[in-house]
Amino acid sequence: MRADLLVDPVDGIDEVLAAVAGADQALTAGLLRPQPAQAAGLVALADAMAASPLGARVAEAAEKAAAGAAGEEHLLSLAAARIALFGSVHDALVERIEQATGRVQAGASIPVAGGGQAENLLLAARSWLADLARAGWQGIDHDLVSGAAPVVSALLPEPRLRRLAAVLDGFAAELAASCPGSALERIPVRRWGDLWSRALLLTLPGVTEAPTSTVTGRLLPLGVDLHEHATAAQAQVYAVFEPAGGGAPRLVRASVSAPKPDTIIGAGIWQLLRPHLSLLAAVSEGRSMDLTGMPITAEGDLLWQAEHAKPGAPADPFVTARVVLPAATTSPAAPLDRHPARIAVPVFLEGYLTEQTGETLTFSFAGQPVAVDTDRVPAAGPLTPEAVAASSACIGLLRWDSGTFRVQPLAVETTARKKTVAVHAGAWAGGASDKAGVKAEKAATDAATVLRERAGRLLRK
Amino acid sequence: MSDWESASTARVLPPARPRKLAKVPFVELADGRLQGVVSSGSDIERVYVSSVAAGSYEFACSTNNNRPCGGARGSFCNHIHALITEAVLQYGAERVARYLRVEGADVDAQSIHSVMTGTRPSQADSAAAAQVFSRFLRHLAYVELPPTTAPVPELQWFPPTRAVV
Repeated sequence: MRADLLVDPVDGIDEVLAAVAGADQALTAGLLRPQPAQAAGLVALADAMAASPLGARVAEAAEKAAAGAAGEEHLLSLAAARIALFGSVHDALVERIEQATGRVQAGASIPVAGGGQAENLLLAARSWLADLARAGWQGIDHDLVSGAAPVVSALLPEPRLRRLAAVLDGFAAELAASCPGSALERIPVRRWGDLWSRALLLTLPGVTEAPTSTVTGRLLPLGVDLHEHATAAQAQVYAVFEPAGGGAPRLVRASVSAPKPDTIIGAGIWQLLRPHLSLLAAVSEGRSMDLTGMPITAEGDLLWQAEHAKPGAPADPFVTARVVLPAATTSPAAPLDRHPARIAVPVFLEGYLTEQTGETLTFSFAGQPVAVDTDRVPAAGPLTPEAVAASSACIGLLRWDSGTFRVQPLAVETTARKKTVAVHAGAWAGGASDKAGVKAEKAATDAATVLRERAGRLLRK
Repeated sequence: MSDWESASTARVLPPARPRKLAKVPFVELADGRLQGVVSSGSDIERVYVSSVAAGSYEFACSTNNNRPCGGARGSFCNHIHALITEAVLQYGAERVARYLRVEGADVDAQSIHSVMTGTRPSQADSAAAAQVFSRFLRHLAYVELPPTTAPVPELQWFPPTRAVV
């Protein structure tokens, strides 16, 4: 990998982010009675979009919003503009990553999905998001934020609407903990702008529909990435897929997610997800899996169904990373998913020096430092920041946030008693066998047992 | 803008910390209150719904059948005491104190309890109990919601963190 390309600035990004910051400033103060500074921010957003097919609609929306008269359709246009601008940042970053890794993208770009009539549930979510934008982050209070709860409760049982439910639930929890907004010393403006605009676009009917095909061949896992907020968790397995009939290997991903009570944490999350993705057991056992007719989206997401997979031969992720990963092709992102925060590109790194400066760890390649994000390594697993700092090789996910590329370690090779050992962040995903893992599993089982007992006794009365 | 303000994955809420749930299956900082549910030691069917309001420390405790708690006359009962203790385990003393607006350095569960009782807070009516109990049931319902193997790209915005606050 050419680390120097990850250090060099990417042209044009700062200008795009400045336009986004203008819109985010308007969302901070709220759109009820925008001041001149907020109005200018909205105009900057519209100017950045002027040459795009959305240009006229965004200009009209910005004008209405600046006058304090934005309707829901105008807010949708502003959210779409914000996401489109991040789409351009995403594309520039992906191009830079392709240059750095030498890997190419296969497959045509994915068309925009959706259309049709929005159901009441989506309209209720949209209405809450509109109220939120009018109040602004500085205007949030408990009454406003608690309005999300009934919407989320109604969305959650419907797996089809899970994306909207998951983002609204996590977002509302952060807002609730930040009330009243008038007393906030600092505001995560980029983040809340992201969550607000995504949630709003997810209220468009059919927007998450994705055409699928099927694949047959061998799946070689690389590692597990975990996401969690207080009431949801997701595990994503990154893997290389080798088609049965030959052809180029392909980078793919398999996911499992579930809502959860906020007291299910750590090893409890693996216990919650494990039964629904047989691949997690294969990861912990160091095995490949053989897929037959497994559904897959154009984005390279396997839609896992256990009956289409069976355990295969042992496969060492580091062998996969060294031998197969360099030739693997990547898939394009769907329009809504073109955002820097969603970039997570598997990379194999070796021949670096690790440098610890305060809390920041870097891998240095011939003097070019790349930041390492050890904070993303799940606590419920054997991989530690110390192991990463002592490593000689690393399978990681290349990410970008706040202007910087970072590597999130999924697994490392270190030396213990003069022998090379591999340590995987997701080693406990399919079941822990080491002492610390078994202890964590026991505590998690106790918590889940209490909640299920209480649910069984009290919920259906 | 600081890195935190310009980060899509800025960490806003620290994750809950592990605690045993047998005695207090549910505790939260919400609706301007520390509130939750305490299992009865004697009757498996009974739970106490307890709360303390931020700022005024107005308190309430009653059973899920809406009977007043005998211990919560005049001051905090043992259920509220347990609630504070478990909230401090789950969220950390600092966050609990900040939410309840309890001032002071080096707070812990005991000092939060005594600062609040020291102001001789008044007893609230049981109006909040139904709402707290329904939030508890909503919380329990999360145990039974179906998982999905379709990707949820939005959860990319919610990375785990090793930071313990």
